[in-house]
Amino acid sequence: MTTPLLEAVNLSVHFGGLKAVNDVSFDVWPNEVFSLIGPNGAGKTTIFNLISALYRPTAGEVRFEGEVISRMPPHVVARHGIARTFQNIELFEHATVLQNLLVGRHCHRHTGWWQDLLFTGSVRRAELEFRRQVEEVIEFLDLQHYRDSMVAGLPYGVRKVVELARALAMRPRLLLLDEPSSGLNTEETEDMGFWIEDIKEDLGITVVMVEHDMSLVSRVSDRVLALNLGEVLTLGTPEEVQAHPGVIEAYLGGTADV
Amino acid sequence: MHFLFKTRYEQDIALFKHGGQRFWYAALAVALLAAPWLLSEYTLSQITFIGIYAIVCLGLMLLAGFTGQVSLGHAGFLAMGAYTEAYLQANGWPFVISLPLAALVAGITGVMIGLPALRVKGLYLSIATLAFGFILEQAVVSTEAITGGNAGMQLGKLVIAGIDFDDGSNFYYLVTFIAVLCVLGVVNLLRSPTGRAFVAIRDSEVSAQSMGINLAHYKTVAFALSAALAGIAGALYAHKIRFITPDQFGFLQSIELLMMVVIGGLGSIQGAIFGPAFWFVVQQLIVTGKDWLPEALGQQTGLQPTIFGIILVAIVLFEPLGLYGRWLKFRTFLEIFPFYRKGMFRRQKSYMKSERMK
Repeated sequence: MTTPLLEAVNLSVHFGGLKAVNDVSFDVWPNEVFSLIGPNGAGKTTIFNLISALYRPTAGEVRFEGEVISRMPPHVVARHGIARTFQNIELFEHATVLQNLLVGRHCHRHTGWWQDLLFTGSVRRAELEFRRQVEEVIEFLDLQHYRDSMVAGLPYGVRKVVELARALAMRPRLLLLDEPSSGLNTEETEDMGFWIEDIKEDLGITVVMVEHDMSLVSRVSDRVLALNLGEVLTLGTPEEVQAHPGVIEAYLGGTADV
Repeated sequence: MHFLFKTRYEQDIALFKHGGQRFWYAALAVALLAAPWLLSEYTLSQITFIGIYAIVCLGLMLLAGFTGQVSLGHAGFLAMGAYTEAYLQANGWPFVISLPLAALVAGITGVMIGLPALRVKGLYLSIATLAFGFILEQAVVSTEAITGGNAGMQLGKLVIAGIDFDDGSNFYYLVTFIAVLCVLGVVNLLRSPTGRAFVAIRDSEVSAQSMGINLAHYKTVAFALSAALAGIAGALYAHKIRFITPDQFGFLQSIELLMMVVIGGLGSIQGAIFGPAFWFVVQQLIVTGKDWLPEALGQQTGLQPTIFGIILVAIVLFEPLGLYGRWLKFRTFLEIFPFYRKGMFRRQKSYMKSERMK
């Protein structure tokens, strides 16, 4: 394989005087799990928002399969096959789990609103097909029990899985997970680890994740990018990054602070 | 309690979920058909009004209840429909063409008013639509050549295919038929990708975008459809009243429409019908009850708005899901008796919404 799936080239974003991300470059290869780590305020989520085009970069660009996506509107980026989850869960709360997952199929719709108004035969067929595809995801993540529950009434751990399911329902080629284990207990975190491995192995989806739980990061990641204050500290395998003096300093504070 | 055993995916997108629903809706259809024989002319006329208002409320529900875009200018769309119909009828257009045109004109106005919705949100959008409502009202006043200005406009006899529809029960059937079609259209939308996109925009714009939903497109569609429904209702309203003036479509009318939707229950199709039904029943009760009250109270001006105000406050405080929510609770109570618990419908408060994207 010659072109990476995702490339960030000299990516910078400044909010006024604050350099949230400063000259960050990395590339993600197909079928790998790529993790972003760093202390709070390192710019991890900002990079995610740049990839999904919710922010515009001040300089540099993001390419997906060689195509520049950082100037596209967010919904077009989604249609290219990039799905994401959010740090604080952004589900559609007053809808059922099933409806949430069906929204995930939205970018694969090919009927217009006028057809929906009449609920024509093609809409009906598409709906049944969407449902079948969504059921595959429900089975994959063991959500059968919650299918018809309102999201607003679900516990946090389940919502986290529902959000992952909604992203998977898009059948993306690249999945961005923003802190998949935050707020989960040890058992749920372990499940999340298995799922991420399955997503990569069985579904063949490339995963980029932001994560603080180092045991989860080292278990599932192929490569890790460490950031601090918007800049790249180091890039390498989980072991290399953990042993890097700059990373230890960023997390534990430098010798001068002690 | 009955348990629905689902064996096919079709069951989840069917119009009626089970035999009980089919039975009750069939009973409702029979009652609606038989109404002209059973009810007095006056009551039938009130029900016709409920039908007309239900169509507007359906549009407003689609916009405010399902897409989360609150509009305080819906009377403006009603006016567009009413005046288009009046003007076209005066120029000899048949109803079967002028009604869709009234919907179209109102829909196009809706797109125009929807444009600010792409930029402003929440309270600011309400203010923008409020302003647009005023502009439309003023526009009607000043385009005297077409609308007759403040002097108003008289509508001719409504005749379709040789049948006189100005007659009470014929007009009632016409309104009911159109209202049922509108309800079916909205139900269809909501069980298809478009409706899900609306709900997604209401609940989280950020993640709707990241799911591939084009916010600008769907907000525009929501405004257009909502306004088109108001346009249809406006055309029917014009024929019902037979004489239209700009002050019928003022700011108060918009507020009343929004109140009906909130009372009925935001986020439910049934609420769009319960709201106006409740409104007209209470209005009737106030009119009848006035004579029973002591004169100092009964003849007081502003009695009706005060009572509706109190009802609205009570609903917002005690039943945010409106009449439909109350009905759901009552039904659940019966279904699972005696296991109903007080907190069953209480939603967990969420303090976790991401603030980062704002």
